[in-house]
Amino acid sequence: MSFEISEYQLAPVLPELVLAVGAMALLMLGVYRGQDTTRTVTTLSVVLLVAVGVLVYLQPAGKTVTFGGSFIVDDFARFLKILALIGSAVTLVLSTEFLSDPSRRIFEYSILVLLATLGMMVLISAGDLISLYLGLELMSLALYVVATSNRDNAKSTEAGLKYFVLGALSSGMLLYGASLVYGFTGTVAFAGIATAATVSNVGLVFGLVFLLAGLCFKVSAVPFHMWTPDVYEGAPTPVTAFFASAPKVAALAVFTRVTLTAFPGIVSQWQQILVFVAIASMALGSFAAIGQTNIKRLMAYSSIGHMGFALVGLASGTLEGAQGVLMYIVIYVAMTLGSFSIILAMKRNGQAVEQISDFAGLSRTNPLLAFMFAMLLFSLAGVPPLAGFFGKWYVFVAAIKANMFTLAVIGVLTSVVGAYYYLAIVKTMYFDEPAGQVDPVRIEVRTVLAVTGLFNLLFALFAGPVVTVASAAAKSLF
Amino acid sequence: MTTWPILSVTTFLPVVGALLVYLCRGEDEAAKRNARWIALWTTLITFAVSMIMAVRFDPSIADFQFVEKANWLATGITYHMGVDGISLPLLILTTAVMPFCIIASWKAITNRVREYMMAFLILETLMVGTFSALDLVLFYLFFEGGLIPMFLIIGIWGGPRRVYASFKFFLYTFLGSVLMLLAIMALYWNGGTTDIPTLMHTAVPRSLQTWAWLAFFASFAVKMPMWPVHTWLPDAHVEAPTAGSVVLAAILLKMGGYGFLRFSLPMFPLASHDFAPLIFTLSCIAIVYTSLVALMQEDMKKLIAYSSVAHMGFVTMGIFAGTMQGVAGGMFQMISHGIVSGALFLCVGIVYDRMHTREIAAYGGLVNRMPLYAMTFMVFTMANVGLPGTSGFVGEFMTLLGTFKVSIPTAFFATFGVILSAGYALWLYRKVVFGELVKSSLMSMKDLTFREGLTLFPMIALTILFGVYPKPVLDMSAASVQQLVNNYNTAVSAVKAAALLH
Repeated sequence: MSFEISEYQLAPVLPELVLAVGAMALLMLGVYRGQDTTRTVTTLSVVLLVAVGVLVYLQPAGKTVTFGGSFIVDDFARFLKILALIGSAVTLVLSTEFLSDPSRRIFEYSILVLLATLGMMVLISAGDLISLYLGLELMSLALYVVATSNRDNAKSTEAGLKYFVLGALSSGMLLYGASLVYGFTGTVAFAGIATAATVSNVGLVFGLVFLLAGLCFKVSAVPFHMWTPDVYEGAPTPVTAFFASAPKVAALAVFTRVTLTAFPGIVSQWQQILVFVAIASMALGSFAAIGQTNIKRLMAYSSIGHMGFALVGLASGTLEGAQGVLMYIVIYVAMTLGSFSIILAMKRNGQAVEQISDFAGLSRTNPLLAFMFAMLLFSLAGVPPLAGFFGKWYVFVAAIKANMFTLAVIGVLTSVVGAYYYLAIVKTMYFDEPAGQVDPVRIEVRTVLAVTGLFNLLFALFAGPVVTVASAAAKSLF
Repeated sequence: MTTWPILSVTTFLPVVGALLVYLCRGEDEAAKRNARWIALWTTLITFAVSMIMAVRFDPSIADFQFVEKANWLATGITYHMGVDGISLPLLILTTAVMPFCIIASWKAITNRVREYMMAFLILETLMVGTFSALDLVLFYLFFEGGLIPMFLIIGIWGGPRRVYASFKFFLYTFLGSVLMLLAIMALYWNGGTTDIPTLMHTAVPRSLQTWAWLAFFASFAVKMPMWPVHTWLPDAHVEAPTAGSVVLAAILLKMGGYGFLRFSLPMFPLASHDFAPLIFTLSCIAIVYTSLVALMQEDMKKLIAYSSVAHMGFVTMGIFAGTMQGVAGGMFQMISHGIVSGALFLCVGIVYDRMHTREIAAYGGLVNRMPLYAMTFMVFTMANVGLPGTSGFVGEFMTLLGTFKVSIPTAFFATFGVILSAGYALWLYRKVVFGELVKSSLMSMKDLTFREGLTLFPMIALTILFGVYPKPVLDMSAASVQQLVNNYNTAVSAVKAAALLH
């Protein structure tokens, strides 16, 4: 096999190359100009992410494969890459205030987010286990550092360290699984694994289990969720918003691609794992969130639950299921970014407040903020006509088609339990007496909130086109 | 027939009104006044538009009219709206009751008036949409969406235990509905579409019928509410502000009955037939047991709430009798109960606004100070009892008649409800209105104001009109009910014939 690098082979990775080179250039800019450039670097990073998004959008439709099958660009990858890029760009916009503090003027923050995003894009396009691991580690290593970006804060550093130790453990498991799969199939390419793995044998299943365990860690599904509440609470809020959005997109993407394209021959093997993980995540996400008093911790449990719902779609192992996952992740990212922009907006006398009781009476002191948050919470609970309902509709409709009635019934029942704690926040905002004025909301947070809030409120109007795109993206996996 | 989408206009007009209310910024008196007037005009215009629809409606056609269809979600899920003889009366009931709700809240609500009016207007859109949606997903959107404004109405403007009541209301209904959602999905894969008229003509396998019927039942029984899942209703009623109780009793409860008529009977006729004894039993228990419970109440609103459960028992009994009289009677009973119970809650609201208590023991002898009120209250009490000449009688009589042909024991037990309802309603009336006026706090009570009269007198007129001349309502629904009953009986007898052959 010859490794000539022709123009033809590099075209599919053009967005990634631009992102990598751009990140390096911005790093040089920061290094040579000092910490004063934080603002410039952040702005240019957002511009770079948008530009890369446009490049991804302009890539030709259909499937192109390069690097001997390691890197796949299809509708599925392009769809999720754009979503991950949006997530990263919005997070950077939301980080402006965090970075404007004199003690935290660190331009490296934006560079790390860019590198993490690059990792996500490689992960989403991964066509074999090597590029999967490459993307995963690039993403994770950048994330570990970002988690500690508030370095004088004990909680932030604790969060980063915890994330690193547990993340390293999960990477180890994933690698172990990957090596077993390679050992029993003789290949690392997903397409090759799919042809080899038509009958299940113990070694292969063993590898599969370890592989899935590593991936479950990344999407923070039960029983590999332990890091999530601590990291979400400890990390600075913009970083938490980042963790909850873009990396989840990438992790779910690779989860979907691995299960559906590498192991379609042994669906029954991974299906039962996913059913268990989905049920456990939904149940833990709903029940454990009830007792929380910190809004970021609550959002952590909420995201565990939501990953459970997304995995319900995947567990069905069908085209409809993949489409359901895609719909769910789009809506989930919008709801999460909206919710975190509200948490970022909650400040009293310049101090961020994170307790749920701090939201008391928000409907009097800042009615619009309260209304938007209430709608996002109802949406997270899955109440129609808001966006969250459509996410649930598409994953459960796939489960019903696959005759997984028990899973579906347990799923909707946990969503009722989950509704309780979302309602409790609405209650705090609307029924309780005000806890004091909140500071005026910064313009960039307001913009993000307006966009995500309107997306959430009016999703029913433009759901059709989104479904069409998601369905086309899902088809490219089959 | 129509050149403009009259049904969508009726549905979404209140949202436009809500946006206008939102645009009137400010917390001063002027802003509050504007909010009230905008809300009132919006509901009145919506009512006027729905009356145009009533006039243009052709009651001889059993199928859906004013149909609108547009692409929405891909593959078989469309924006499909339309009304027939079953949904139109309920739709008009909704648009007719809303102006009364706004007027009743004119003075009673003084804080956060703008939000209040917006919540009611959005609620109106969702309720009208529920009755006019012809797609299951669209229906579910409206049906469930109504929980959000109602949750806020109870929780923000409600009484002392409002938080408990609003949570109970929301979670109870949500729990019932999510199971229905799964059944909707199963029907989607069975028929390839969620289009209601198509699904009505799609054969559903027997086992799916059973499960889907149970799932829909879970939702509608809670909404209705049927015994034993009625316990959220008294709490919600007691804590909700007056207009909230009116909407709850007059319209939201009807969604359950509407659901049975629109989905359970036409789509799952065999399961409906199989489960009819269950419905009969639950209805009888509801009628007798909740009437007895009503006798023991010390809170006026709670008493009326329990009586609502009992009256809804007649509706479910009539619907699942599956006879022309039963279904038409159930339909009529829903309209009648909408007017009468709504008016009764308004009556309670009037004395509550003056005395700030709903305890029956706190009143007595009101007739001495409030003769007009005593008269009004009496008409609705009698209608609640089911006195001939009031609309309450027609519905109860027809449902009993319809059930008698199918199940004599059910009709026998249900008839006790008529006696018991006379017991609690007259008892309530005697305690509150008759007797000596001895309580000093009641000495300064004033009779109905013009505004209060405005809300109650039209309802008196309707109660008596429909009592002596129920034809308008019955005619409007006759063709659709006839078709529904025919299809139901055809399906059931086909299975019976097949069973005999084997």
